Amino acid sequence: MNATTSARRATWLTPYVIAVFAFIYLPIVVLVGYSFNRDGVGGFPPRHFTLHWYGLLFADGAIWDAVLNSLVVAAGSVALALTLGLLAALALDRADFPGKALFRRLVLLPLILPGIITGLSLLMFAVFAGAPLSLVTVFLGHGTALISVATTELFAGLQKMDRAQEEASLDLGATPWQTFWRVTLPNLKLPLIAAGLLIFTLSMDEIAVTFFLIGRDNTLPMEIWGRLRQGMTPEINAVSTLIFVVSVVLISVWYRLRMRSLRNAN
Amino acid sequence: MYSRAYKSLVSLPPLLWVGIFLLLPYALMLVHSFWLVRDGFIVHQWNLGNYAALFTRTVYLQVLLRTMRIAASVTLCSLLLGYPLAYYVSFYSGVRKEILYQLVIVPLWVSYLVRGYAWKTILGSDGVLNGFLRYAHITHAPVGFLLYSPFAVVLMLTHIYTPFVFLPIYAALESIPRPLLEASQDLGATPSQTFLRVVLPLSMPGLLAGATFAFVLSLGDFLAPLLVGGPSGTMIANVVQSLFGAAYDWPLGAAVAMCILVITLTLLSLTETLEKRWSFK
Repeated sequence: MNATTSARRATWLTPYVIAVFAFIYLPIVVLVGYSFNRDGVGGFPPRHFTLHWYGLLFADGAIWDAVLNSLVVAAGSVALALTLGLLAALALDRADFPGKALFRRLVLLPLILPGIITGLSLLMFAVFAGAPLSLVTVFLGHGTALISVATTELFAGLQKMDRAQEEASLDLGATPWQTFWRVTLPNLKLPLIAAGLLIFTLSMDEIAVTFFLIGRDNTLPMEIWGRLRQGMTPEINAVSTLIFVVSVVLISVWYRLRMRSLRNAN
Repeated sequence: MYSRAYKSLVSLPPLLWVGIFLLLPYALMLVHSFWLVRDGFIVHQWNLGNYAALFTRTVYLQVLLRTMRIAASVTLCSLLLGYPLAYYVSFYSGVRKEILYQLVIVPLWVSYLVRGYAWKTILGSDGVLNGFLRYAHITHAPVGFLLYSPFAVVLMLTHIYTPFVFLPIYAALESIPRPLLEASQDLGATPSQTFLRVVLPLSMPGLLAGATFAFVLSLGDFLAPLLVGGPSGTMIANVVQSLFGAAYDWPLGAAVAMCILVITLTLLSLTETLEKRWSFK
């Protein structure tokens, strides 16, 4: 493609693309901007810069309880989803068993189906099993739904792995157990960290499944959800801004790791 | 090279877990849809009444049709925003490619709830947009129809799914061998002919995948209508939610949920088939 045509075509495309970016970033800019606005979440232009809402936020016990709950649920979900996801990925990569195709699809269902279906199914299961709704049910729900993410990421990692290393380890007299800990697992280090970060972020943000499994103690998104019903204050903007910043940091770490593991594979 | 013990050790725990915590719950949903509620209790009596109700009570069909319309609008809008974006980043961004790609991806990781809330503060009658319109002397009274309407739901979901649609389209565009474009041009095709007959068909699998994402994810959404939709923006998943909540008719709710599930899975397998066909060409 020569320079003149690409330049010509880009001239009408460029303003359009700028407009699309503006649309994508508008809510984020508004959200962050109004978290510093003394006069509340509406109106234009925002006047009177203040840190008052952040001050209010840091003194808000209920929010920090919810943050703590979310952190505990997310950490548990990472542990559960990574353990089962690793085993599932190993099974899909190396074992043959009846119903393998079905299993592969079933694991991915929570990723494909609307959250409400997975959430309600798990609610029915909790009622069926006689388990009271609490953070434990939320943790089991998140952990189970996110096995899909762990399996996908780790299966991709296994496919790229050089099996000759494992063969060599076994030939040289290591037990399968030693081979797993000393060869397989270290080879999967980057995908494991990447999947862990992704699962952590997704669990921290999750609301569609949580909605149906929550007991008395709130996770952070459910706490915010509850407050939205009472009216909107810039305190919600402030907490959302903080969530945004933390998500972006975690995701850029995840992205770097992913890029590095791709480069290592090539 | 892996022993039998190794294979069963890695397969059994996830099989059992997924069987108990996923297969069983989904099966419970299916089973409930064939039961009924009598005097406020769920009775385990097999019947097709819930499914009959779905097709005879017009209110469900109406909401389902509205949901389809909203999902289709979201799909169309996300494609109209996402495709040119992917096209630009893939073909014209030059050295800024990596940074532009990142800029599209970042909002994907902003909490869904946070973005919904942001739109609420923008569209409300005391919101930022109304404030701006008054400030600029375009309107004098607040414009009320922005929030709590199907329009607001389409806007919010389009905002959320545009990056989702961008990803597979971008991947498809990136995999087009660039010499093909030169060949097309050397053989005398105009830029728009090259686009329509080379680029567009080759990016079709990505476009289909993106469109399916947007449609399927919008179809089952119940939070956007609650946040910004109002009564006129109620969608099918809200019906499920209220049947499981206040209305306490789990069997009927399960039947509606199965309906969403069947539509979702049908669409996904349809796309899979279509994608295969397009990739062959």
